Amino acid sequence: MTVKPRIKVPDTVKVGDVIEVKTLVSHVMETGQRKDKDGKTIPRNIINAFTATHEGKTVFEAKLQPGTSSNPFLSFYMKVAGPGDIEFTWVDDAGVKITDKVPLKMG
Amino acid sequence: MNGERGNHFIDRRTVLLTAASAASVLAMLPHVATAQEAQILEAAIKKAVGDTKPVDGRISLTLPEIAENGNTVPFELAVQSPMSDADYVKAVHIFAPGNPQADVASFLFSPASGKAAVASRMRLARTQDVVALAEMSDGKVFMTKRTVKVTIGGCGG
Repeated sequence: MTVKPRIKVPDTVKVGDVIEVKTLVSHVMETGQRKDKDGKTIPRNIINAFTATHEGKTVFEAKLQPGTSSNPFLSFYMKVAGPGDIEFTWVDDAGVKITDKVPLKMG
Repeated sequence: MNGERGNHFIDRRTVLLTAASAASVLAMLPHVATAQEAQILEAAIKKAVGDTKPVDGRISLTLPEIAENGNTVPFELAVQSPMSDADYVKAVHIFAPGNPQADVASFLFSPASGKAAVASRMRLARTQDVVALAEMSDGKVFMTKRTVKVTIGGCGG
Protein backbone atom coordinates (compact mmCIF):
# COMPACT_ATOMS: atom_id res chain seq x y z
CA MET A 1 0.00 0.00 0.00
CA THR A 2 2.72 2.38 0.87
CA VAL A 3 4.94 3.56 -1.93
CA LYS A 4 8.69 3.43 -1.50
CA PRO A 5 10.03 6.79 -0.34
CA ARG A 6 12.35 8.71 -2.63
CA ILE A 7 15.73 9.52 -1.11
CA LYS A 8 18.67 11.35 -2.62
CA VAL A 9 22.20 11.58 -1.22
CA PRO A 10 25.45 12.48 -3.02
CA ASP A 11 26.94 9.57 -5.04
CA THR A 12 30.14 9.52 -3.04
CA VAL A 13 31.05 11.20 0.22
CA LYS A 14 34.12 11.80 2.39
CA VAL A 15 34.42 11.74 6.16
CA GLY A 16 33.77 15.24 7.47
CA ASP A 17 31.65 16.32 4.49
CA VAL A 18 28.39 18.09 5.26
CA ILE A 19 25.96 16.55 2.77
CA GLU A 20 22.41 17.37 1.76
CA VAL A 21 19.84 14.58 2.10
CA LYS A 22 16.53 14.91 0.27
CA THR A 23 13.51 12.76 1.06
CA LEU A 24 9.99 12.53 -0.28
CA VAL A 25 7.29 10.17 0.90
CA SER A 26 3.73 9.73 -0.36
CA HIS A 27 1.17 10.52 2.30
CA VAL A 28 -2.21 12.27 2.22
CA MET A 29 -1.43 14.32 5.39
CA GLU A 30 -5.14 14.64 6.20
CA THR A 31 -5.42 17.71 8.43
CA GLY A 32 -8.52 16.82 10.41
CA GLN A 33 -10.07 20.12 9.26
CA ARG A 34 -11.80 18.86 6.15
CA LYS A 35 -15.31 17.43 5.96
CA ASP A 36 -16.56 14.67 3.65
CA LYS A 37 -19.66 15.10 1.48
CA ASP A 38 -21.95 14.09 4.38
CA GLY A 39 -20.51 16.87 6.51
CA LYS A 40 -18.58 14.51 8.77
CA THR A 41 -15.06 15.56 9.72
CA ILE A 42 -12.41 13.43 8.07
CA PRO A 43 -10.18 12.28 10.95
CA ARG A 44 -6.68 13.65 11.08
CA ASN A 45 -3.96 11.39 9.73
CA ILE A 46 -0.61 12.98 9.13
CA ILE A 47 2.98 11.83 9.34
CA ASN A 48 3.81 13.32 12.70
CA ALA A 49 7.41 12.23 13.09
CA PHE A 50 10.45 11.73 10.91
CA THR A 51 13.92 10.65 11.97
CA ALA A 52 17.18 10.08 10.16
CA THR A 53 19.92 8.15 11.92
CA HIS A 54 23.41 7.20 10.85
CA GLU A 55 25.07 4.27 12.65
CA GLY A 56 22.58 4.63 15.49
CA LYS A 57 23.12 8.37 15.92
CA THR A 58 20.25 10.74 15.16
CA VAL A 59 21.33 13.32 12.61
CA PHE A 60 17.99 15.02 12.00
CA GLU A 61 14.49 14.82 13.38
CA ALA A 62 11.22 16.48 12.38
CA LYS A 63 7.94 16.81 14.26
CA LEU A 64 5.37 17.53 11.59
CA GLN A 65 2.04 19.27 12.14
CA PRO A 66 -1.05 19.67 9.93
CA GLY A 67 0.61 22.74 8.37
CA THR A 68 3.01 20.51 6.45
CA SER A 69 1.93 19.77 2.86
CA SER A 70 0.84 16.34 1.65
CA ASN A 71 3.55 14.00 0.35
CA PRO A 72 6.01 15.63 2.73
CA PHE A 73 9.33 16.63 1.20
CA LEU A 74 12.22 17.17 3.58
CA SER A 75 15.71 18.29 2.76
CA PHE A 76 18.30 18.48 5.53
CA TYR A 77 22.03 18.14 6.17
CA MET A 78 24.31 15.73 7.98
CA LYS A 79 28.00 15.59 8.75
CA VAL A 80 29.51 12.35 7.45
CA ALA A 81 31.10 10.57 10.43
CA GLY A 82 32.04 7.50 8.41
CA PRO A 83 30.58 4.80 6.16
CA GLY A 84 27.31 3.07 6.94
CA ASP A 85 23.60 3.29 6.19
CA ILE A 86 21.42 6.30 6.82
CA GLU A 87 18.15 4.96 8.20
CA PHE A 88 14.89 6.84 7.73
CA THR A 89 11.63 6.42 9.64
CA TRP A 90 8.28 8.11 9.04
CA VAL A 91 5.40 7.50 11.49
CA ASP A 92 1.78 8.59 10.92
CA ASP A 93 -1.17 9.15 13.30
CA ALA A 94 -2.52 5.65 12.54
CA GLY A 95 0.77 4.20 13.75
CA VAL A 96 1.89 3.15 10.28
CA LYS A 97 5.66 3.18 10.09
CA ILE A 98 7.53 3.62 6.82
CA THR A 99 11.24 2.82 6.92
CA ASP A 100 14.02 2.89 4.39
CA LYS A 101 17.79 3.05 4.34
CA VAL A 102 20.47 4.30 1.99
CA PRO A 103 24.16 3.39 2.17
CA LEU A 104 26.84 6.10 2.03
CA LYS A 105 29.53 5.32 -0.53
CA MET A 106 32.94 6.62 0.43
CA GLY A 107 34.86 8.15 -2.44
CA MET B 1 -8.41 73.53 -29.04
CA ASN B 2 -5.25 71.59 -29.43
CA GLY B 3 -3.92 72.80 -26.13
CA GLU B 4 -7.12 71.85 -24.41
CA ARG B 5 -7.02 68.35 -25.83
CA GLY B 6 -3.39 68.11 -24.78
CA ASN B 7 -4.30 69.09 -21.25
CA HIS B 8 -7.00 66.49 -21.12
CA PHE B 9 -4.50 63.92 -22.23
CA ILE B 10 -2.02 64.94 -19.53
CA ASP B 11 -4.75 64.96 -16.95
CA ARG B 12 -5.79 61.47 -17.79
CA ARG B 13 -2.22 60.28 -17.81
CA THR B 14 -1.55 61.92 -14.47
CA VAL B 15 -4.64 60.30 -13.05
CA LEU B 16 -3.61 56.90 -14.37
CA LEU B 17 -0.06 57.27 -13.08
CA THR B 18 -1.29 58.35 -9.68
CA ALA B 19 -3.65 55.39 -9.55
CA ALA B 20 -0.88 53.03 -10.60
CA SER B 21 1.58 54.33 -8.03
CA ALA B 22 -1.08 54.25 -5.33
CA ALA B 23 -1.74 50.62 -6.19
CA SER B 24 1.93 49.75 -6.04
CA VAL B 25 2.30 51.53 -2.72
CA LEU B 26 -0.63 49.50 -1.41
CA ALA B 27 0.97 46.31 -2.69
CA MET B 28 4.21 47.18 -0.90
CA LEU B 29 2.55 47.76 2.46
CA PRO B 30 3.45 44.96 4.88
CA HIS B 31 0.72 42.57 5.86
CA VAL B 32 -0.64 43.68 9.20
CA ALA B 33 -1.21 40.67 11.41
CA THR B 34 -4.62 40.66 13.04
CA ALA B 35 -4.88 40.81 16.82
CA GLN B 36 -6.08 37.22 16.73
CA GLU B 37 -3.02 36.09 14.77
CA ALA B 38 -0.74 37.92 17.17
CA GLN B 39 -2.40 36.16 20.12
CA ILE B 40 -2.16 32.75 18.47
CA LEU B 41 1.50 33.38 17.68
CA GLU B 42 2.27 34.44 21.23
CA ALA B 43 0.68 31.25 22.58
CA ALA B 44 2.56 29.09 20.06
CA ILE B 45 5.89 30.70 20.94
CA LYS B 46 5.23 30.24 24.63
CA LYS B 47 4.38 26.57 24.09
CA ALA B 48 7.56 26.01 22.09
CA VAL B 49 10.16 27.93 24.08
CA GLY B 50 8.50 28.95 27.36
CA ASP B 51 9.12 32.45 28.65
CA THR B 52 12.36 33.05 26.72
CA LYS B 53 12.02 36.24 24.73
CA PRO B 54 12.99 35.67 21.08
CA VAL B 55 15.32 38.21 19.46
CA ASP B 56 15.56 38.97 15.75
CA GLY B 57 18.34 37.53 13.65
CA ARG B 58 20.51 34.52 12.77
CA ILE B 59 17.73 32.87 10.70
CA SER B 60 17.30 33.11 6.96
CA LEU B 61 13.83 32.05 5.88
CA THR B 62 13.10 31.88 2.17
CA LEU B 63 9.50 31.82 1.03
CA PRO B 64 7.77 33.01 -2.13
CA GLU B 65 6.35 36.54 -1.82
CA ILE B 66 3.20 35.36 -3.53
CA ALA B 67 1.99 31.78 -3.22
CA GLU B 68 -0.53 30.88 -5.89
CA ASN B 69 -1.38 27.58 -4.27
CA GLY B 70 -1.55 27.61 -0.48
CA ASN B 71 -1.60 23.81 -0.37
CA THR B 72 2.07 23.55 -1.08
CA VAL B 73 4.30 26.54 -0.39
CA PRO B 74 8.02 25.71 -0.59
CA PHE B 75 10.29 27.13 2.08
CA GLU B 76 13.98 27.03 2.93
CA LEU B 77 15.41 27.84 6.29
CA ALA B 78 18.96 28.16 7.54
CA VAL B 79 20.33 29.27 10.90
CA GLN B 80 23.85 30.70 11.29
CA SER B 81 25.71 28.49 13.72
CA PRO B 82 29.07 26.71 13.92
CA MET B 83 27.15 23.50 14.81
CA SER B 84 29.95 22.48 17.18
CA ASP B 85 29.44 20.49 20.40
CA ALA B 86 29.63 23.75 22.35
CA ASP B 87 27.43 25.90 20.13
CA TYR B 88 24.70 24.46 17.94
CA VAL B 89 21.07 24.93 16.98
CA LYS B 90 18.84 22.59 18.99
CA ALA B 91 15.56 23.16 17.24
CA VAL B 92 13.65 25.26 14.76
CA HIS B 93 9.90 25.81 14.97
CA ILE B 94 7.75 27.15 12.16
CA PHE B 95 4.37 28.78 12.68
CA ALA B 96 1.66 30.01 10.34
CA PRO B 97 -0.63 31.92 12.75
CA GLY B 98 -3.25 32.52 10.05
CA ASN B 99 -3.85 28.77 9.62
CA PRO B 100 -6.57 26.85 11.50
CA GLN B 101 -3.65 25.32 13.44
CA ALA B 102 -0.61 27.54 13.73
CA ASP B 103 2.00 24.78 14.03
CA VAL B 104 3.68 23.83 10.76
CA ALA B 105 6.65 21.77 11.91
CA SER B 106 9.55 21.55 14.32
CA PHE B 107 13.00 20.37 13.27
CA LEU B 108 15.55 19.02 15.73
CA PHE B 109 19.27 19.30 15.04
CA SER B 110 22.48 18.20 16.72
CA PRO B 111 26.18 18.74 15.96
CA ALA B 112 25.85 15.58 13.79
CA SER B 113 23.59 17.62 11.47
CA GLY B 114 26.62 19.66 10.35
CA LYS B 115 24.39 22.50 9.21
CA ALA B 116 21.13 23.82 10.65
CA ALA B 117 19.22 24.05 7.40
CA VAL B 118 16.03 22.49 6.15
CA ALA B 119 13.70 22.75 3.17
CA SER B 120 10.12 21.53 2.97
CA ARG B 121 6.64 22.60 1.89
CA MET B 122 3.90 24.10 4.01
CA ARG B 123 0.19 24.77 3.80
CA LEU B 124 -1.02 28.35 4.12
CA ALA B 125 -4.73 29.03 4.53
CA ARG B 126 -4.43 32.73 3.66
CA THR B 127 -2.10 35.71 3.39
CA GLN B 128 -0.11 35.93 6.61
CA ASP B 129 3.25 36.30 8.35
CA VAL B 130 5.13 33.00 8.60
CA VAL B 131 7.30 32.90 11.70
CA ALA B 132 10.41 30.81 12.42
CA LEU B 133 12.02 30.37 15.84
CA ALA B 134 15.48 28.92 16.41
CA GLU B 135 16.47 27.51 19.79
CA MET B 136 20.22 27.55 20.38
CA SER B 137 22.18 25.20 22.65
CA ASP B 138 22.97 28.13 24.99
CA GLY B 139 19.27 28.78 25.51
CA LYS B 140 18.99 31.85 23.27
CA VAL B 141 16.01 32.04 20.94
CA PHE B 142 16.04 33.81 17.60
CA MET B 143 13.04 34.72 15.48
CA THR B 144 12.28 35.84 11.95
CA LYS B 145 9.12 36.65 9.96
CA ARG B 146 8.14 36.58 6.30
CA THR B 147 4.92 37.77 4.74
CA VAL B 148 3.43 35.49 2.11
CA LYS B 149 0.48 36.54 -0.03
CA VAL B 150 -1.72 33.55 -0.74
CA THR B 151 -3.92 33.50 -3.83
CA ILE B 152 -5.75 30.21 -3.18
CA GLY B 153 -5.67 29.00 0.41
CA GLY B 154 -4.66 25.52 1.47
CA CYS B 155 -5.82 23.43 4.43
CA GLY B 156 -9.28 22.61 2.99
CA GLY B 157 -12.47 23.97 4.48
